[in-house]
Amino acid sequence: MAYALQQLINGLTLGMIYGLIAVGYTMVYGIIGMINFAHGDVFMIGAFVGIIVLTALTGITSVPLGLLAAFLLAAVFCGVYGFAIERVAYRPLRGSFRLAPLISAIGMSILLENYVQVSQGALERAIPNLIPGGFTLMDENGFVVQLSWMQISIVVVTLIVLAVFTYIVTKTPLGRAMRAVEQDAKMAALLGIDTNRTITLTFIIGSCLAAFAGVMFLLYYGVIDFYIGFNAGIKAFTAAVLGGIGSLPGAVLGGLLIGLIEAFWSGYATVAYKDVAVYSILAIVLMFMPSGLLGRHEVEKV
Amino acid sequence: MSRALDVFKDAGSVAFFALVIFAPFLGVQLGDNDAGNLTLGARPALLAGAVALVFAARVLMRLWQDHRPTSQAEKLGARLKPAGKYIAPALLVFALLMPLLPGLPAQYIDLGVLILTYIMLGWGLNIVVGLAGLLDLGYVAFYAVGAYSFALLAQDFNLGFWQCLPLAGVLAACWGMFLGFPVLRLRGDYLAIVTLAFGEIIRLVITNWVALTGGPNGITDIPNPTLFGLRFTMFPAPGTFAGFFHITPHPWQRIAFLYYIILGLALITNWVTLRLRKQPLGRAWEALREDEIACRALGINVRNTKLTAFAIGAMFGGFAGCFFATRDGFISPDSFTFMESATVLAIVVLGGAGSQLGIVLAACVMIGVPQMLQSLAIYRMLIFGIALVVIMIVRPRGFISERRPTISLGKAQAISADLISQGKG
Repeated sequence: MAYALQQLINGLTLGMIYGLIAVGYTMVYGIIGMINFAHGDVFMIGAFVGIIVLTALTGITSVPLGLLAAFLLAAVFCGVYGFAIERVAYRPLRGSFRLAPLISAIGMSILLENYVQVSQGALERAIPNLIPGGFTLMDENGFVVQLSWMQISIVVVTLIVLAVFTYIVTKTPLGRAMRAVEQDAKMAALLGIDTNRTITLTFIIGSCLAAFAGVMFLLYYGVIDFYIGFNAGIKAFTAAVLGGIGSLPGAVLGGLLIGLIEAFWSGYATVAYKDVAVYSILAIVLMFMPSGLLGRHEVEKV
Repeated sequence: MSRALDVFKDAGSVAFFALVIFAPFLGVQLGDNDAGNLTLGARPALLAGAVALVFAARVLMRLWQDHRPTSQAEKLGARLKPAGKYIAPALLVFALLMPLLPGLPAQYIDLGVLILTYIMLGWGLNIVVGLAGLLDLGYVAFYAVGAYSFALLAQDFNLGFWQCLPLAGVLAACWGMFLGFPVLRLRGDYLAIVTLAFGEIIRLVITNWVALTGGPNGITDIPNPTLFGLRFTMFPAPGTFAGFFHITPHPWQRIAFLYYIILGLALITNWVTLRLRKQPLGRAWEALREDEIACRALGINVRNTKLTAFAIGAMFGGFAGCFFATRDGFISPDSFTFMESATVLAIVVLGGAGSQLGIVLAACVMIGVPQMLQSLAIYRMLIFGIALVVIMIVRPRGFISERRPTISLGKAQAISADLISQGKG
């Protein structure tokens, strides 16, 4: 029981990070219908900006201020990266052959990974735990269930970010434009919505969410390298598809599910096969629900 | 004058973005001090250089856009068009004679072997992606199945290359069907992620099932292929190629032999694809790519059509994998990562999905050029990534984008890229 509770806590924390990245995937997919393979690498860029900012601020003793600076700067830089990626690699291919943006995105992903590797080296970079300590929730025959401050912070930050994001999508004119472009880009353009601007802003917002996820990953695990974006990206993409690609609550739900599957599989079966478990469950769910858990069933008109 | 100002303004804003983008990575460098703590060093010169480079590139790009020699290039292209039909036979003759060229260093034949392996993989994946229109991001799974079937059969049952080649193909085809079943109802990107997931599952199982596959250490001492039982060794003993023909053994003989095996395998793949395209099955694939619902309405069995596409594509992947295992004599899970799937898919798309000749050209560019750049070491993959993005932007439909109908009344007419509407399949 205690063990299960611990795995539940770990799984939810990890799932929150996956969920944040998955929201970026699903937004981009919803609005222009392409898999943004470079999204996982934007997450990696965010983690690197975070570590650079934290290193630059080594002298500053106030941890909350340092973290705030890391989060904000990571979001700013990742926003610019998202903007540039869309402008350079995807906009010229909009409305073109369906596979062209996919290959361009794969190229962008390779480019970003190697750019970071060449400029910052292939070594793993580590930082100490900045939010140490926590509570003991339960003590069962010597097995102690820990809920660390770090985990609480990650959950709280994710919930705040998601709340702001939900507000933007549901209540602001920008969110309305985004939903309109998602439903029918041509019609939205006819009604006077600047689709190009909306798509650009979607990329920027998605990249900011990835930046938050990246800095939290850095804080939680303490170790990053140029390659973390690949695995996290594929997991988040899996989460987005599991939840039903295009559905924002689905992306968060998918992320949480994948975090939980990973944690429980590592806890009760073999760690080595945790990814196999995730992918198998994805395949099984899609066999019975081809549009994911919360995805709309697409009716194709002829 | 205002035109020049405009160009400079534009280049200036691009350079500003470049500054922001490069600042955290080229502008600073993470390092370790003696105490093991992270340190930060500044690299202003590198940053300034990179930004200046971007500025100059943008100015040149704008100037080129203004003075593009359009009509000239198009005229030249039109004049060269009739020559296009000689490219394929010329390439074939060159491929057949290449190892025999006198004075050609063995490393070029080796490169030829590598390129031909990717051409074969591209032609195999083309059946799934280019003809049937099913986006497969996990093609490497079948490559791995082929390679590991041969390695394990050779290790445990002492079978040779030629016995294992068909077995590897059959096993890969079975896996193609097995993995094809769950994805029959999926479309587009759902299909892409599930195939990607299958590719990762196979790689993870190979990595972790140490008792069977040797895990990350891989399998060594995979036997070389023989020519009707004659082995290729460095000693002219009886039973070896050199001993039988009474010639001096030379490493060239083995490499050239491998070259002709993969050339033969690739040509078989091409021939089978071209034949299938003329038959009901191939036409059903192409119809499926264009419109699945119309296919169903016309009574085509969509399930069987998709499964045969997966199976036949996988079979050629299995053959190529079997050859890969025998060429290197060593395989490990590192050779079967997602990067391989992405490279093969990029070759297919870059060739102009569906075009056999386009895939050959794309494979030469994508595999040949990075090999030539071997000396650039870590910059190689960086350039590869940039090249992928740039080529896609310049030619979104690939090198050879026009499509000739496989069957028609009267004279077949090629259709230009703009008229081909891809199915959503």
